[in-house]
Amino acid sequence: MVLVYSDDKKIAFELLSKATEIAKGLGKKVNAVVINDEAVAKEYVAHGASNVIVAQTDVKEFKAEEYTDILEKAIKETGAESILIGSTKKGKELASRLAGKLNAGCIIDANNIYVKDKKLVTERMVYSGNAISVQQFNSKPNIVTIPSKVFDPLPKDAKKTGTITKKKFDVGKYASKILKVQEMKSGGVNVEDAEIIVSCGRGFKNKDDIKLVQNLADVLKGKTVGCSRPIAADLKWLPEDHWIGLSGHKVKPKLYIAAGISGQIQHIAGMRDSGLVVAINKDPDALIFKSADYGIVGDLYQVLPKLTAAVKEKMG
Amino acid sequence: MNIIVCAKQVVDVSEMKIDSSTKKPILQGVPQKISDIDKNAMEEAIKIKDKHGGKITTVTVGTPDAKERIKELLAMGADEGVLVTLPEKYDYHVVSTLLAEAIKKIDAYDVILCGEASIDMFSGQVGPRLAGLLNIPQITYAQKLDAAKDKVVCDRNMGDKSVTTESSYPVLITVTKEINVPRLPSLMQILGAANKPIKEWTADSVKSGLKPMVDTVDLKGVSMERKNVVYKNDIDESVKHLVDSLAKEGVLR
Repeated sequence: MVLVYSDDKKIAFELLSKATEIAKGLGKKVNAVVINDEAVAKEYVAHGASNVIVAQTDVKEFKAEEYTDILEKAIKETGAESILIGSTKKGKELASRLAGKLNAGCIIDANNIYVKDKKLVTERMVYSGNAISVQQFNSKPNIVTIPSKVFDPLPKDAKKTGTITKKKFDVGKYASKILKVQEMKSGGVNVEDAEIIVSCGRGFKNKDDIKLVQNLADVLKGKTVGCSRPIAADLKWLPEDHWIGLSGHKVKPKLYIAAGISGQIQHIAGMRDSGLVVAINKDPDALIFKSADYGIVGDLYQVLPKLTAAVKEKMG
Repeated sequence: MNIIVCAKQVVDVSEMKIDSSTKKPILQGVPQKISDIDKNAMEEAIKIKDKHGGKITTVTVGTPDAKERIKELLAMGADEGVLVTLPEKYDYHVVSTLLAEAIKKIDAYDVILCGEASIDMFSGQVGPRLAGLLNIPQITYAQKLDAAKDKVVCDRNMGDKSVTTESSYPVLITVTKEINVPRLPSLMQILGAANKPIKEWTADSVKSGLKPMVDTVDLKGVSMERKNVVYKNDIDESVKHLVDSLAKEGVLR
């Protein structure tokens, strides 16, 4: 049996689609777990789950310790052999803890998963996106986390039928507790969903100069500004939701423009799946040009305003 | 306060070359180092010790040459190092179990610190997996840590939210790169580290008969096919060429 869980229901729909395919290959069924939310359980059925367990708990907020206990019990009860979990920050710490508790094999951030010789095989990026590690499970259960947008969801089918099982799960007592939850300072940007991104890096001299990329993003009707690590993490000129890279966001827009970004492999790891890549850098030897389809060698302070004007004219 | 820091020896990814024909990374001869974020964990351990006293022990599951890297952590301020020799075949189950068993063997502990992920694999699996194995609370992605005598409070970076979490000891904490700037040891500290003990344990002596549950069957190269058209002359000309190209590619709509 293949079991799906994600704290993000959009990813859960994508995983249900893949789980259906894997389950077919293994001759098994697809189950899913939701916490308390019966309405979501119905949506899961419409997206391919043959049984959804609604775990009833008085745990108010996500904590990996308690949620691991719930999933551990759900796995034992259903006899789930393959567990697919959405690769959010919560999903990753949950999957890892669960793997420790169950002594199970676990792969975090798989961007491909398939069945070969009745065994589950995964692929994931390693070495800052410079290689793909292919790994095969040789024992059960298997735990795999998968990021958003790796797989397409099945279309919603209201005619699909499945069972919804409500079940109370007791959880252990843990010494940790949440004191406060605060929104991080953010401009409400979602770079992962953007179709066009214009990014800035350490080639920018002042915080105010970021308007140069904003202006270009605006005329491209993309409106989304990204950045490399120094701008978000070190200088804090932009909130972290703009940060693209290995430890920032991984994006795949149809057009990615990198201005004043040198092209360290950690940054490339975040944008390598982009459709078309354009680089602007004054250093002709900058690494970014190797990862770009088109590039301009020149001072971004001259290039960006001219490019913005030219794009505006072209697009009318 | 007994503090454990888990540290991994990794290849320095920024020094790694790619074989141009197979597109696979060339791992032989690449310099090794302690994974960057593990040094942030080490720095945080030193701050806790400065405040409350105690002992810092670093634990590494790695190849015998990791001993040289462990000396860097001793120079930073660790009191003792433990190196568990990596078995020939391993996965996260094997490595986490060896860490858990080694930590139990060392002594009672209050805090276990890890980096949020290693810079080579970037799974972030070991920290929370170890917490699950030891059945202790976990505080992941800590970007701020405040250790009091009987409890610790951390701000966790959950992406769109900052979650402040408290726990009594023992607890496992994984830290992000933003939490601090790891210190560079002075020459005196580097020389002094030579006298600090490093225990070397074989995997079998820590936990015998461990077998991986996941086999790595291939390391494939990544082909990054890009057009690499670079305009480098007059800026006005370059901009014109670029805009024409983008229009042809159909992205200016």
